[in-house]
Amino acid sequence: MTGAPSRDPSEAAPLVEARGVSLRFGRRSVLDAVDIAVRAGEIVTLIGLNGAGKSTLIRVILGILEPDSGEVLQSPGLRVGYVPQHMQRDPVMPITVERFMTLGSPAPRKALQRVLDEVGGDPILGHPLAEISGGEMQRVLLARALLREPQLLVLDEPLAGVDVTSQSDLYRLIADIRDRRGFGVLLVSHDLHLVMAATDTVVCLNRHVCCTGRPQAVLRHPEFISLFGQHLSETFAVYQHAHDHRHDALGEPLSIEADPPEQARPAGRHR
Amino acid sequence: MEDFVLRALGGGIGAALAAGPVGCFVVWRRMAYFGTALAHAVLLGVALGFLLQIEPIVAVFAICLLLAVCLLLLERQRVISVDALLGVLAHAVFAAGLVVVAFMERVRVDLIGYLFGDILSVGVVDLWLIFGTAAVVTAALAWQWSNLLAVTLNQDLAAAEGVPVERIRFLFLFLLAGVIAVGMKIVGMLLVVALVIVPAAAARRMAATPEQMAVASTAIGIASVAAGLFVSLLWDIPAGPAIVLVASGIFAASLLIPVRGPSREDG
Repeated sequence: MTGAPSRDPSEAAPLVEARGVSLRFGRRSVLDAVDIAVRAGEIVTLIGLNGAGKSTLIRVILGILEPDSGEVLQSPGLRVGYVPQHMQRDPVMPITVERFMTLGSPAPRKALQRVLDEVGGDPILGHPLAEISGGEMQRVLLARALLREPQLLVLDEPLAGVDVTSQSDLYRLIADIRDRRGFGVLLVSHDLHLVMAATDTVVCLNRHVCCTGRPQAVLRHPEFISLFGQHLSETFAVYQHAHDHRHDALGEPLSIEADPPEQARPAGRHR
Repeated sequence: MEDFVLRALGGGIGAALAAGPVGCFVVWRRMAYFGTALAHAVLLGVALGFLLQIEPIVAVFAICLLLAVCLLLLERQRVISVDALLGVLAHAVFAAGLVVVAFMERVRVDLIGYLFGDILSVGVVDLWLIFGTAAVVTAALAWQWSNLLAVTLNQDLAAAEGVPVERIRFLFLFLLAGVIAVGMKIVGMLLVVALVIVPAAAARRMAATPEQMAVASTAIGIASVAAGLFVSLLWDIPAGPAIVLVASGIFAASLLIPVRGPSREDG
Protein backbone atom coordinates (compact mmCIF):
# COMPACT_ATOMS: atom_id res chain seq x y z
CA MET A 1 0.00 0.00 0.00
CA THR A 2 2.54 2.57 1.07
CA GLY A 3 4.80 1.98 -1.89
CA ALA A 4 7.79 2.98 0.18
CA PRO A 5 10.28 0.26 0.96
CA SER A 6 9.75 -1.20 4.38
CA ARG A 7 12.19 0.22 6.93
CA ASP A 8 13.31 -3.16 8.04
CA PRO A 9 13.78 -5.28 4.99
CA SER A 10 14.63 -8.32 7.06
CA GLU A 11 10.91 -8.91 7.61
CA ALA A 12 10.08 -9.21 3.92
CA ALA A 13 10.31 -12.46 2.01
CA PRO A 14 13.56 -12.59 0.03
CA LEU A 15 13.49 -11.67 -3.64
CA VAL A 16 16.13 -14.26 -4.19
CA GLU A 17 17.69 -16.74 -1.85
CA ALA A 18 20.46 -19.31 -2.15
CA ARG A 19 20.41 -22.17 0.31
CA GLY A 20 23.38 -24.41 0.88
CA VAL A 21 24.72 -23.80 -2.63
CA SER A 22 27.86 -25.78 -3.51
CA LEU A 23 29.68 -25.90 -6.80
CA ARG A 24 32.88 -27.58 -7.95
CA PHE A 25 34.88 -26.93 -11.10
CA GLY A 26 36.60 -30.24 -11.63
CA ARG A 27 38.13 -31.18 -8.29
CA ARG A 28 38.25 -27.60 -7.04
CA SER A 29 35.47 -26.52 -4.73
CA VAL A 30 34.38 -23.01 -5.72
CA LEU A 31 31.34 -22.59 -3.50
CA ASP A 32 30.75 -24.53 -0.32
CA ALA A 33 27.32 -24.54 1.32
CA VAL A 34 26.68 -20.85 0.70
CA ASP A 35 23.55 -19.18 2.05
CA ILE A 36 22.62 -15.70 0.93
CA ALA A 37 19.37 -13.77 0.55
CA VAL A 38 18.41 -10.38 -0.87
CA ARG A 39 15.20 -8.64 0.12
CA ALA A 40 13.37 -5.71 -1.43
CA GLY A 41 14.94 -2.39 -0.48
CA GLU A 42 18.13 -4.02 0.78
CA ILE A 43 21.67 -3.55 -0.53
CA VAL A 44 23.73 -6.69 -0.02
CA THR A 45 27.41 -6.49 -0.86
CA LEU A 46 29.60 -9.48 -1.52
CA ILE A 47 33.23 -8.99 -0.57
CA GLY A 48 36.12 -11.39 -0.72
CA LEU A 49 39.55 -11.85 -2.22
CA ASN A 50 40.17 -12.78 -5.84
CA GLY A 51 39.06 -16.33 -6.46
CA ALA A 52 36.70 -16.33 -3.49
CA GLY A 53 33.82 -17.31 -5.76
CA LYS A 54 31.99 -13.97 -5.83
CA SER A 55 31.25 -13.88 -9.53
CA THR A 56 30.45 -17.58 -9.54
CA LEU A 57 27.93 -17.10 -6.74
CA ILE A 58 26.34 -14.23 -8.69
CA ARG A 59 26.08 -16.45 -11.75
CA VAL A 60 24.46 -19.21 -9.70
CA ILE A 61 21.96 -16.78 -8.18
CA LEU A 62 21.09 -15.46 -11.63
CA GLY A 63 20.47 -18.97 -12.90
CA ILE A 64 23.36 -18.85 -15.37
CA LEU A 65 25.15 -21.70 -13.60
CA GLU A 66 23.50 -24.71 -12.05
CA PRO A 67 24.79 -25.51 -8.55
CA ASP A 68 25.95 -29.08 -7.79
CA SER A 69 23.87 -29.05 -4.65
CA GLY A 70 21.69 -26.65 -2.77
CA GLU A 71 18.95 -24.53 -4.26
CA VAL A 72 18.28 -21.03 -5.51
CA LEU A 73 14.79 -19.66 -4.94
CA GLN A 74 13.59 -16.64 -6.89
CA SER A 75 10.29 -14.95 -6.08
CA PRO A 76 7.89 -15.76 -8.93
CA GLY A 77 8.11 -13.45 -11.96
CA LEU A 78 11.15 -11.66 -10.57
CA ARG A 79 12.45 -8.96 -12.92
CA VAL A 80 16.22 -8.85 -12.77
CA GLY A 81 18.56 -6.14 -13.97
CA TYR A 82 22.13 -7.38 -14.35
CA VAL A 83 25.31 -5.42 -14.88
CA PRO A 84 28.18 -7.82 -15.63
CA GLN A 85 31.82 -7.06 -14.86
CA HIS A 86 32.49 -6.26 -18.47
CA MET A 87 30.93 -7.09 -21.78
CA GLN A 88 32.90 -7.87 -24.88
CA ARG A 89 31.61 -6.24 -28.01
CA ASP A 90 32.40 -7.29 -31.52
CA PRO A 91 32.30 -4.77 -34.37
CA VAL A 92 31.16 -7.54 -36.70
CA MET A 93 27.60 -7.00 -35.46
CA PRO A 94 26.25 -3.64 -36.56
CA ILE A 95 24.15 -2.47 -33.62
CA THR A 96 23.64 0.88 -31.94
CA VAL A 97 23.62 1.67 -28.24
CA GLU A 98 19.92 2.48 -28.55
CA ARG A 99 19.09 -0.88 -30.10
CA PHE A 100 21.13 -2.70 -27.47
CA MET A 101 19.37 -0.87 -24.65
CA THR A 102 15.90 -1.65 -25.96
CA LEU A 103 16.57 -5.26 -26.95
CA GLY A 104 13.92 -7.26 -25.12
CA SER A 105 12.36 -4.21 -23.45
CA PRO A 106 11.22 -1.55 -25.91
CA ALA A 107 11.20 2.03 -24.67
CA PRO A 108 10.85 5.44 -26.32
CA ARG A 109 14.05 7.31 -27.07
CA LYS A 110 13.23 10.00 -24.50
CA ALA A 111 13.06 7.46 -21.70
CA LEU A 112 16.37 5.98 -22.86
CA GLN A 113 18.12 9.32 -22.83
CA ARG A 114 16.63 10.14 -19.41
CA VAL A 115 17.99 6.96 -17.83
CA LEU A 116 21.31 7.45 -19.58
CA ASP A 117 21.49 11.02 -18.25
CA GLU A 118 20.68 9.74 -14.78
CA VAL A 119 23.74 7.49 -14.76
CA GLY A 120 25.89 10.26 -16.22
CA GLY A 121 26.21 8.76 -19.69
CA ASP A 122 26.98 10.91 -22.69
CA PRO A 123 24.44 11.25 -25.49
CA ILE A 124 25.63 8.18 -27.34
CA LEU A 125 22.38 6.43 -28.23
CA GLY A 126 23.13 6.53 -31.95
CA HIS A 127 26.70 5.27 -31.66
CA PRO A 128 27.77 1.78 -32.65
CA LEU A 129 27.93 -0.33 -29.50
CA ALA A 130 31.40 -1.61 -30.36
CA GLU A 131 32.86 1.89 -30.54
CA ILE A 132 31.99 3.34 -27.13
CA SER A 133 34.60 3.24 -24.36
CA GLY A 134 34.65 0.73 -21.52
CA GLY A 135 33.44 3.32 -19.01
CA GLU A 136 30.62 4.39 -21.32
CA MET A 137 29.68 0.76 -21.80
CA GLN A 138 29.35 0.17 -18.05
CA ARG A 139 27.05 3.18 -17.80
CA VAL A 140 25.02 1.88 -20.73
CA LEU A 141 24.73 -1.50 -19.02
CA LEU A 142 23.60 0.14 -15.78
CA ALA A 143 21.10 2.32 -17.66
CA ARG A 144 19.84 -0.73 -19.53
CA ALA A 145 19.36 -2.63 -16.27
CA LEU A 146 17.48 0.31 -14.69
CA LEU A 147 15.32 0.70 -17.79
CA ARG A 148 13.90 -2.75 -17.18
CA GLU A 149 12.53 -1.48 -13.84
CA PRO A 150 14.07 -4.42 -12.00
CA GLN A 151 12.93 -5.72 -8.64
CA LEU A 152 16.44 -7.02 -8.14
CA LEU A 153 19.52 -5.23 -9.44
CA VAL A 154 22.66 -7.37 -9.61
CA LEU A 155 25.99 -5.65 -10.13
CA ASP A 156 29.22 -7.59 -10.47
CA GLU A 157 32.06 -5.11 -9.89
CA PRO A 158 30.15 -3.04 -12.35
CA LEU A 159 32.13 0.14 -12.39
CA ALA A 160 35.68 -1.08 -12.83
CA GLY A 161 36.11 0.99 -16.01
CA VAL A 162 34.66 4.16 -14.51
CA ASP A 163 36.96 6.66 -12.83
CA VAL A 164 36.98 6.74 -9.05
CA THR A 165 35.07 9.96 -8.39
CA SER A 166 32.23 9.05 -10.69
CA GLN A 167 32.25 5.57 -9.12
CA SER A 168 31.23 6.89 -5.74
CA ASP A 169 28.66 9.14 -7.43
CA LEU A 170 27.24 6.13 -9.21
CA TYR A 171 27.07 4.04 -6.05
CA ARG A 172 25.29 6.92 -4.33
CA LEU A 173 22.95 7.07 -7.31
CA ILE A 174 22.24 3.35 -7.03
CA ALA A 175 21.43 3.79 -3.33
CA ASP A 176 19.19 6.76 -4.21
CA ILE A 177 17.25 4.90 -6.84
CA ARG A 178 16.98 1.98 -4.44
CA ASP A 179 15.37 4.33 -1.91
CA ARG A 180 12.92 5.61 -4.52
CA ARG A 181 12.03 2.38 -6.24
CA GLY A 182 12.58 -0.01 -3.37
CA PHE A 183 14.35 -2.73 -5.33
CA GLY A 184 16.89 -5.08 -3.83
CA VAL A 185 20.54 -4.74 -4.81
CA LEU A 186 23.16 -7.47 -4.88
CA LEU A 187 26.60 -6.02 -5.42
CA VAL A 188 30.10 -7.39 -5.75
CA SER A 189 32.73 -4.87 -4.84
CA HIS A 190 36.41 -4.71 -4.18
CA ASP A 191 36.21 -1.22 -2.80
CA LEU A 192 35.66 -1.38 0.95
CA HIS A 193 35.12 2.40 1.13
CA LEU A 194 32.06 2.09 -1.05
CA VAL A 195 30.94 -1.06 0.70
CA MET A 196 30.99 0.62 4.08
CA ALA A 197 29.26 3.76 2.82
CA ALA A 198 26.20 2.30 1.15
CA THR A 199 25.46 -1.25 2.23
CA ASP A 200 22.92 -2.81 4.54
CA THR A 201 24.40 -6.26 4.68
CA VAL A 202 27.92 -7.40 3.92
CA VAL A 203 28.60 -11.00 3.01
CA CYS A 204 32.25 -11.93 3.23
CA LEU A 205 32.92 -14.86 0.95
CA ASN A 206 35.88 -17.19 0.81
CA ARG A 207 34.28 -20.12 -1.02
CA HIS A 208 32.12 -20.46 2.08
CA VAL A 209 30.45 -17.53 3.81
CA CYS A 210 33.00 -16.35 6.40
CA CYS A 211 30.71 -13.92 8.07
CA THR A 212 27.71 -11.82 7.30
CA GLY A 213 25.99 -8.87 8.90
CA ARG A 214 26.08 -5.09 9.10
CA PRO A 215 29.28 -3.57 7.71
CA GLN A 216 30.56 -2.60 11.19
CA ALA A 217 29.95 -6.03 12.63
CA VAL A 218 31.65 -7.77 9.73
CA LEU A 219 34.67 -5.50 10.06
CA ARG A 220 35.33 -6.77 13.57
CA HIS A 221 34.73 -10.40 12.77
CA PRO A 222 37.87 -12.51 13.27
CA GLU A 223 37.51 -14.16 9.86
CA PHE A 224 37.31 -10.78 8.14
CA ILE A 225 40.43 -9.67 9.98
CA SER A 226 42.30 -12.82 9.10
CA LEU A 227 41.33 -12.39 5.43
CA PHE A 228 41.83 -8.69 4.96
CA GLY A 229 44.21 -7.91 7.82
CA GLN A 230 43.97 -6.03 11.09
CA HIS A 231 45.05 -2.79 9.48
CA LEU A 232 42.18 -2.71 7.01
CA SER A 233 39.71 -3.61 9.70
CA GLU A 234 40.88 -0.70 11.86
CA THR A 235 41.03 1.73 8.96
CA PHE A 236 37.46 1.10 8.05
CA ALA A 237 36.21 0.93 11.61
CA VAL A 238 37.56 4.46 12.09
CA TYR A 239 36.34 5.59 8.69
CA GLN A 240 32.91 4.32 9.47
CA HIS A 241 32.84 5.99 12.87
CA ALA A 242 33.85 9.32 11.45
CA HIS A 243 31.66 9.44 8.39
CA ASP A 244 28.68 7.20 8.56
CA HIS A 245 26.10 8.26 11.04
CA ARG A 246 22.49 9.17 10.95
CA HIS A 247 20.72 11.82 12.93
CA ASP A 248 17.79 11.12 15.15
CA ALA A 249 14.83 13.46 15.49
CA LEU A 250 16.72 15.72 17.91
CA GLY A 251 19.70 16.03 15.65
CA GLU A 252 21.85 13.76 17.72
CA PRO A 253 24.15 11.68 15.58
CA LEU A 254 23.20 8.06 15.57
CA SER A 255 26.09 6.03 14.36
CA ILE A 256 25.36 2.58 13.15
CA GLU A 257 27.35 1.41 16.14
CA ALA A 258 24.74 2.95 18.39
CA ASP A 259 22.33 0.31 17.24
CA PRO A 260 22.02 -2.56 19.67
CA PRO A 261 25.44 -4.15 19.73
CA GLU A 262 25.38 -6.78 17.11
CA GLN A 263 27.75 -9.59 16.46
CA ALA A 264 28.34 -10.62 12.92
CA ARG A 265 26.51 -13.84 12.49
CA PRO A 266 29.05 -16.56 11.96
CA ALA A 267 28.18 -18.62 8.95
CA GLY A 268 26.94 -22.14 9.42
CA ARG A 269 30.07 -23.89 8.27
CA HIS A 270 33.62 -23.35 9.26
CA ARG A 271 36.76 -25.17 8.52
CA MET B 1 15.50 -21.86 -70.51
CA GLU B 2 15.77 -25.55 -69.81
CA ASP B 3 13.81 -26.96 -66.87
CA PHE B 4 16.89 -28.23 -65.10
CA VAL B 5 18.38 -24.75 -65.23
CA LEU B 6 15.24 -23.25 -63.70
CA ARG B 7 15.24 -25.89 -60.98
CA ALA B 8 18.90 -25.18 -60.32
CA LEU B 9 18.24 -21.46 -60.08
CA GLY B 10 15.24 -22.02 -57.81
CA GLY B 11 17.15 -24.39 -55.56
CA GLY B 12 20.09 -22.01 -55.33
CA ILE B 13 17.86 -19.07 -54.48
CA GLY B 14 16.04 -21.12 -51.83
CA ALA B 15 19.32 -22.17 -50.24
CA ALA B 16 20.54 -18.55 -50.28
CA LEU B 17 17.29 -17.43 -48.59
CA ALA B 18 17.93 -19.84 -45.72
CA ALA B 19 21.67 -19.26 -45.55
CA GLY B 20 21.60 -15.44 -45.59
CA PRO B 21 20.34 -14.63 -42.10
CA VAL B 22 21.72 -17.83 -40.51
CA GLY B 23 25.12 -16.92 -41.95
CA CYS B 24 24.98 -13.59 -40.12
CA PHE B 25 24.60 -15.39 -36.80
CA VAL B 26 27.43 -17.77 -37.71
CA VAL B 27 29.64 -14.74 -38.36
CA TRP B 28 28.45 -12.83 -35.27
CA ARG B 29 28.85 -15.85 -33.02
CA ARG B 30 32.23 -16.80 -34.55
CA MET B 31 30.99 -20.24 -35.47
CA ALA B 32 32.60 -20.62 -38.89
CA TYR B 33 34.64 -23.58 -37.68
CA PHE B 34 31.56 -25.03 -36.02
CA GLY B 35 29.80 -24.91 -39.38
CA THR B 36 32.78 -26.56 -41.06
CA ALA B 37 32.66 -29.35 -38.48
CA LEU B 38 28.95 -29.90 -39.12
CA ALA B 39 29.59 -30.01 -42.87
CA HIS B 40 31.97 -32.93 -42.31
CA ALA B 41 28.92 -34.97 -41.33
CA VAL B 42 27.45 -34.60 -44.82
CA LEU B 43 29.20 -37.65 -46.24
CA LEU B 44 27.98 -39.94 -43.46
CA GLY B 45 24.49 -38.50 -43.87
CA VAL B 46 24.44 -39.14 -47.61
CA ALA B 47 25.72 -42.70 -47.15
CA LEU B 48 23.17 -43.49 -44.46
CA GLY B 49 20.48 -41.92 -46.63
CA PHE B 50 21.28 -44.41 -49.39
CA LEU B 51 21.46 -47.27 -46.91
CA LEU B 52 18.09 -46.45 -45.32
CA GLN B 53 16.47 -45.31 -48.57
CA ILE B 54 15.67 -41.78 -47.41
CA GLU B 55 16.25 -38.45 -49.11
CA PRO B 56 19.92 -37.41 -48.79
CA ILE B 57 18.94 -33.91 -47.62
CA VAL B 58 16.83 -35.35 -44.80
CA ALA B 59 19.51 -37.83 -43.76
CA VAL B 60 22.21 -35.15 -43.81
CA PHE B 61 20.03 -32.87 -41.70
CA ALA B 62 19.51 -35.63 -39.12
CA ILE B 63 23.23 -36.45 -38.89
CA CYS B 64 24.23 -32.78 -38.69
CA LEU B 65 21.73 -32.23 -35.90
CA LEU B 66 23.01 -35.27 -34.03
CA LEU B 67 26.57 -34.00 -34.32
CA ALA B 68 25.50 -30.52 -33.17
CA VAL B 69 23.81 -31.95 -30.09
CA CYS B 70 26.91 -34.04 -29.29
CA LEU B 71 29.00 -30.88 -29.49
CA LEU B 72 26.56 -28.97 -27.30
CA LEU B 73 26.74 -31.69 -24.63
CA LEU B 74 30.50 -32.18 -24.84
CA GLU B 75 31.03 -28.44 -24.52
CA ARG B 76 29.96 -28.74 -20.89
CA GLN B 77 33.07 -30.60 -19.88
CA ARG B 78 35.71 -28.03 -19.20
CA VAL B 79 38.94 -29.87 -19.99
CA ILE B 80 39.11 -30.04 -23.79
CA SER B 81 38.57 -26.73 -25.59
CA VAL B 82 35.65 -26.38 -27.97
CA ASP B 83 38.09 -25.79 -30.79
CA ALA B 84 39.81 -29.13 -30.26
CA LEU B 85 36.47 -30.88 -29.73
CA LEU B 86 35.24 -29.64 -33.10
CA GLY B 87 38.39 -30.96 -34.73
CA VAL B 88 37.99 -34.38 -33.12
CA LEU B 89 34.31 -34.84 -33.90
CA ALA B 90 34.45 -33.38 -37.42
CA HIS B 91 37.15 -35.76 -38.54
CA ALA B 92 35.72 -38.75 -36.70
CA VAL B 93 32.39 -38.32 -38.42
CA PHE B 94 34.05 -37.68 -41.80
CA ALA B 95 36.16 -40.83 -41.41
CA ALA B 96 33.02 -42.77 -40.51
CA GLY B 97 31.41 -41.43 -43.68
CA LEU B 98 34.36 -42.58 -45.81
CA VAL B 99 34.26 -46.05 -44.27
CA VAL B 100 30.54 -46.46 -44.87
CA VAL B 101 30.88 -45.19 -48.44
CA ALA B 102 33.66 -47.71 -49.09
CA PHE B 103 31.08 -50.47 -48.70
CA MET B 104 28.65 -48.94 -51.15
CA GLU B 105 29.14 -49.05 -54.91
CA ARG B 106 26.37 -46.65 -55.85
CA VAL B 107 27.40 -43.81 -53.58
CA ARG B 108 30.99 -43.90 -54.74
CA VAL B 109 29.76 -42.94 -58.18
CA ASP B 110 27.98 -39.88 -56.78
CA LEU B 111 30.66 -38.98 -54.28
CA ILE B 112 32.03 -36.08 -56.30
CA GLY B 113 28.52 -34.67 -56.54
CA TYR B 114 28.18 -34.54 -52.79
CA LEU B 115 31.67 -33.24 -52.16
CA PHE B 116 31.40 -30.41 -54.68
CA GLY B 117 27.66 -30.02 -55.07
CA ASP B 118 25.52 -30.68 -58.10
CA ILE B 119 23.13 -27.80 -58.51
CA LEU B 120 22.09 -28.94 -62.00
CA SER B 121 20.69 -32.17 -60.56
CA VAL B 122 18.24 -30.38 -58.23
CA GLY B 123 14.94 -32.22 -58.56
CA VAL B 124 11.37 -31.38 -57.64
CA VAL B 125 11.63 -33.14 -54.27
CA ASP B 126 14.82 -31.22 -53.57
CA LEU B 127 13.02 -27.97 -54.38
CA TRP B 128 10.28 -28.77 -51.88
CA LEU B 129 12.83 -29.61 -49.22
CA ILE B 130 14.92 -26.51 -49.92
CA PHE B 131 12.01 -24.08 -49.87
CA GLY B 132 10.46 -25.84 -46.88
CA THR B 133 13.74 -25.36 -45.04
CA ALA B 134 13.94 -21.72 -46.11
CA ALA B 135 10.39 -21.12 -44.84
CA VAL B 136 11.05 -22.82 -41.49
CA VAL B 137 14.33 -20.96 -41.02
CA THR B 138 12.78 -17.58 -41.84
CA ALA B 139 9.78 -18.16 -39.58
CA ALA B 140 11.92 -19.39 -36.67
CA LEU B 141 14.32 -16.47 -36.98
CA ALA B 142 11.47 -13.95 -37.09
CA TRP B 143 9.86 -15.62 -34.07
CA GLN B 144 12.98 -15.62 -31.88
CA TRP B 145 14.91 -12.74 -33.46
CA SER B 146 15.46 -10.57 -30.41
CA ASN B 147 16.22 -13.54 -28.15
CA LEU B 148 18.77 -14.75 -30.71
CA LEU B 149 20.35 -11.29 -30.81
CA ALA B 150 20.40 -11.12 -27.00
CA VAL B 151 22.10 -14.53 -26.68
CA THR B 152 24.58 -13.55 -29.40
CA LEU B 153 25.45 -10.26 -27.71
CA ASN B 154 25.98 -11.68 -24.24
CA GLN B 155 24.85 -15.05 -23.02
CA ASP B 156 25.03 -14.25 -19.31
CA LEU B 157 23.07 -11.05 -19.67
CA ALA B 158 20.41 -12.85 -21.69
CA ALA B 159 20.18 -15.66 -19.13
CA ALA B 160 19.89 -13.21 -16.24
CA GLU B 161 17.06 -11.44 -18.03
CA GLY B 162 15.11 -14.64 -18.48
CA VAL B 163 15.95 -15.59 -22.07
CA PRO B 164 15.93 -19.42 -22.33
CA VAL B 165 19.54 -19.50 -23.51
CA GLU B 166 19.92 -23.27 -23.95
CA ARG B 167 16.74 -23.54 -26.00
CA ILE B 168 17.74 -20.60 -28.19
CA ARG B 169 21.17 -22.12 -28.81
CA PHE B 170 19.58 -25.43 -29.72
CA LEU B 171 17.13 -23.70 -32.04
CA PHE B 172 20.04 -22.05 -33.80
CA LEU B 173 21.91 -25.33 -34.23
CA PHE B 174 18.72 -26.87 -35.61
CA LEU B 175 18.49 -24.09 -38.21
CA LEU B 176 22.19 -24.31 -39.04
CA ALA B 177 21.91 -28.08 -39.59
CA GLY B 178 19.00 -27.42 -41.98
CA VAL B 179 20.96 -24.81 -43.91
CA ILE B 180 23.95 -27.12 -44.26
CA ALA B 181 21.74 -29.97 -45.46
CA VAL B 182 20.19 -27.91 -48.27
CA GLY B 183 23.38 -25.99 -49.00
CA MET B 184 25.35 -29.19 -49.64
CA LYS B 185 22.97 -30.01 -52.49
CA ILE B 186 23.87 -26.69 -54.12
CA VAL B 187 27.61 -26.22 -53.58
CA GLY B 188 28.66 -29.47 -51.91
CA MET B 189 30.06 -30.45 -48.55
CA LEU B 190 33.44 -28.79 -49.08
CA LEU B 191 31.99 -25.42 -50.00
CA VAL B 192 28.72 -25.28 -48.07
CA VAL B 193 30.17 -23.18 -45.26
CA ALA B 194 31.26 -20.63 -47.85
CA LEU B 195 27.64 -20.29 -48.95
CA VAL B 196 26.78 -19.57 -45.31
CA ILE B 197 29.52 -17.16 -44.22
CA VAL B 198 30.82 -15.39 -47.34
CA PRO B 199 27.60 -13.47 -48.14
CA ALA B 200 27.21 -12.54 -44.45
CA ALA B 201 30.80 -11.30 -44.23
CA ALA B 202 30.32 -9.34 -47.47
CA ALA B 203 27.16 -7.77 -46.06
CA ARG B 204 28.82 -6.32 -42.96
CA ARG B 205 29.94 -3.08 -44.56
CA MET B 206 26.62 -2.51 -46.22
CA ALA B 207 24.61 -2.63 -42.99
CA ALA B 208 23.99 -0.38 -40.01
CA THR B 209 21.63 -2.74 -38.17
CA PRO B 210 21.48 -6.51 -37.66
CA GLU B 211 18.35 -6.69 -39.84
CA GLN B 212 19.97 -4.81 -42.71
CA MET B 213 22.91 -7.19 -42.54
CA ALA B 214 20.61 -10.23 -42.71
CA VAL B 215 18.77 -8.83 -45.72
CA ALA B 216 21.98 -7.78 -47.48
CA SER B 217 23.50 -11.19 -46.81
CA THR B 218 20.50 -12.90 -48.39
CA ALA B 219 20.59 -10.59 -51.41
CA ILE B 220 24.30 -11.21 -51.92
CA GLY B 221 23.69 -14.96 -51.66
CA ILE B 222 20.96 -14.83 -54.30
CA ALA B 223 23.04 -12.66 -56.61
CA SER B 224 26.01 -15.05 -56.22
CA VAL B 225 23.86 -18.07 -57.05
CA ALA B 226 22.37 -16.43 -60.15
CA ALA B 227 25.65 -15.04 -61.42
CA GLY B 228 27.60 -18.20 -60.56
CA LEU B 229 25.09 -20.40 -62.36
CA PHE B 230 25.12 -18.14 -65.40
CA VAL B 231 28.91 -18.10 -65.59
CA SER B 232 29.07 -21.85 -65.13
CA LEU B 233 26.70 -22.45 -68.06
CA LEU B 234 28.45 -19.84 -70.20
CA TRP B 235 31.97 -21.15 -69.75
CA ASP B 236 31.16 -24.71 -68.80
CA ILE B 237 32.79 -24.57 -65.37
CA PRO B 238 31.48 -26.29 -62.21
CA ALA B 239 28.57 -24.35 -60.71
CA GLY B 240 29.30 -24.69 -56.97
CA PRO B 241 32.81 -23.25 -57.13
CA ALA B 242 31.58 -20.55 -59.54
CA ILE B 243 28.91 -19.47 -57.01
CA VAL B 244 31.43 -19.36 -54.18
CA LEU B 245 33.91 -17.41 -56.32
CA VAL B 246 31.29 -14.80 -57.19
CA ALA B 247 30.38 -14.43 -53.50
CA SER B 248 34.05 -14.11 -52.59
CA GLY B 249 34.47 -11.48 -55.29
CA ILE B 250 31.60 -9.50 -53.77
CA PHE B 251 33.25 -9.87 -50.36
CA ALA B 252 36.55 -8.54 -51.73
CA ALA B 253 34.75 -5.62 -53.35
CA SER B 254 32.90 -4.90 -50.07
CA LEU B 255 36.22 -4.26 -48.36
CA LEU B 256 36.44 -1.06 -50.41
CA ILE B 257 33.22 0.25 -48.86
CA PRO B 258 33.81 2.35 -45.74
CA VAL B 259 32.16 0.71 -42.73
CA ARG B 260 28.59 1.88 -42.60
CA GLY B 261 26.91 2.37 -39.40
CA PRO B 262 25.73 5.24 -37.38
CA SER B 263 28.55 7.72 -37.04
CA ARG B 264 29.59 8.96 -33.64
CA GLU B 265 28.31 12.41 -34.59
CA ASP B 266 24.63 11.66 -35.01
CA GLY B 267 23.97 10.65 -31.40
